[in-house]
Amino acid sequence: MLKAEMGRIDHEGKKMGIWFFLFTEILFFGGMFLLYAIFRYRYADDFHRGAAGEDLFLGTVNTVILLTSSYTMALSLAAVRAGKRLLSSRLQAATILMGLAFLAIKYLEWSGKIARGLYPDSPVLLKLAKGEILFYGLYYVMTGIHGLHVFIGCVVIAFMLFSTRVGRINKENYSRLENTALYWHFVDVVWIYLYPLFYLLT
Amino acid sequence: MKEGYSEDRIITAGTYTAVWLALLVLLSATIAVSKLRLLAQFSAVGSLAIASVKAGLVLAFFMHLKYERPFLKGLLALAVSALTLLIGLTFVDVGYR
Repeated sequence: MLKAEMGRIDHEGKKMGIWFFLFTEILFFGGMFLLYAIFRYRYADDFHRGAAGEDLFLGTVNTVILLTSSYTMALSLAAVRAGKRLLSSRLQAATILMGLAFLAIKYLEWSGKIARGLYPDSPVLLKLAKGEILFYGLYYVMTGIHGLHVFIGCVVIAFMLFSTRVGRINKENYSRLENTALYWHFVDVVWIYLYPLFYLLT
Repeated sequence: MKEGYSEDRIITAGTYTAVWLALLVLLSATIAVSKLRLLAQFSAVGSLAIASVKAGLVLAFFMHLKYERPFLKGLLALAVSALTLLIGLTFVDVGYR
């Protein structure tokens, strides 16, 4: 009885830890959103011209992919808690694949822009209006740091997938998967805001 | 176990599916609002409002916030308020310069 009590896993405490990390992430991305808001207010026309050069189709496909990956991630946690480890690991694998697809599309978008000479400090970019230079600067920094978060998420989920397969993550001990899911959903929330700011501004 | 909070609460797959479908519907709605120019001057506000509903759904269900204790919800509110205040005050500064 006592042993069982001592061995009880503190899911609540572990979850609080990842939430505190996510609060710091809110302010980390928040600083960039603040810059975006101020510069868009100052250079509204330039920002509209910059956004017109974005590929709405690719941006929308990526949004669908990321929203769906959040869905499979949520299902994978529910599966583990219901004792279905195999199903959970398959859902985690699907999440990783969608994360990689997101990054592949991001690669296409970036290389398309770079081919047109639109990259930070490029001669083509520097000839544009000041607001457009700022728009592309923010685009690369914000989608780049977001993409880095997606990449880190894929790596972490790969570790979780392994742990689930070998049974270290199971019905009783699922905190690491839960925390990974919370991080992944947060990255999804950031994209939910990035999407209208960069692709729907016309 | 504690009554009603996330520890003993497993959201069903059906709920997750409903949330996922709602997110896709909202995504279509936000494209419609911006492309059809129904509300030209409100399109930015409209897009951000729809984004916030989407973020709210992800937070409430995918991140289980609906079933968390008030303490955690309060902490999140604090973090979001701090950011809102930061952006709001900066706009007051920039707007009246």
